[in-house]
Amino acid sequence: MNGNIIIYIAVMAITTYLIRMLPLVLIRNEITNKYIKSFLYYVPFVTLAVMVFPAILYETDSIYSAIIGFVFAIVFAFFGNNLITVSLIACASVFLAELIIV
Amino acid sequence: MKSNSLFIKGVKDGIPIFLGYLAVSFTFGISAVANGISTQSAVFMSALNFTSAGQFAAISVITKSLSYFELAITQFIINLRYCLMSSALSQKFESKMPKIHRFLISFGNTDEVFGVLSSFDGKLPPVYCYGVLLGGLPGWVIGTLLGAVLGNVLPHRLLSALGVALYGMFIAIIVPPARKNKFIAVIILIAMICSAVFSYMPILKSISSGFRIIILTVIISAFAAVIRPIEDKKEENGNER
Repeated sequence: MNGNIIIYIAVMAITTYLIRMLPLVLIRNEITNKYIKSFLYYVPFVTLAVMVFPAILYETDSIYSAIIGFVFAIVFAFFGNNLITVSLIACASVFLAELIIV
Repeated sequence: MKSNSLFIKGVKDGIPIFLGYLAVSFTFGISAVANGISTQSAVFMSALNFTSAGQFAAISVITKSLSYFELAITQFIINLRYCLMSSALSQKFESKMPKIHRFLISFGNTDEVFGVLSSFDGKLPPVYCYGVLLGGLPGWVIGTLLGAVLGNVLPHRLLSALGVALYGMFIAIIVPPARKNKFIAVIILIAMICSAVFSYMPILKSISSGFRIIILTVIISAFAAVIRPIEDKKEENGNER
């Protein structure tokens, strides 16, 4: 490592902050265009779906325990459990599955 | 709702973020120290960045002594997706809200915070956002510190199980609206199938995960907006939990 670590950290922090901050600060008015508005409405669903699958399959020690966690999370979310419950159930089901299969 | 209870609701919704972050940043702390980055620097980096993929990439850029410019470019590419998320989030705030809130909240607009905030029903009150940030983000810094100081002390099984915490949270965010609105369910399914295709197909799989997220989000959201534009306020209720 030759560079100054403080400068490295500052460079990445500023870059990342600008990406997050500029759209939020610059787009202050309510967008009235029906299509842009709808586009932004669908963004969270698509982004989160893309981030979850297939990445979740490789997040644990075994693809099978990951599948079990994935299915349990979907079922419990479907029946309206809150974020923390679904999250913990996913973890617990992976943990239990790995006790058996790994 | 009173601002106190909104804040507390925010902190509660931030707890799964806290737990998930603990597991991921723990690994980050271990990896940073193993690559010769000091504990203070690793903690400092986590407290100022809150970007998992970005920070792991930074470790390799820094240990290879690449230039500051190269680090900036790497971060820009990996984190460009936040630009989309912040644009979407911009519509969740009252346009008259004091600007300072936008400067502060955007600092903590991570994938996970974005997920929680966008699932809030109606316009976002800043006090709720601060609750989510203060409930969730410290997990990232504390986990980094623990990983850097303690190293491989947590049982491996526990880390493996906690690895799905954030995914479980994402699923809890997108499934209930999909249950109420069949079109959203179809869009989510299409998004997951396309994501799998981009992950496994030759050539397509060489696209980095940051760009995969951007490309698919833009194309599929645009497709959804053209096919089923939101007509009135009512349809936005698909967002409530």
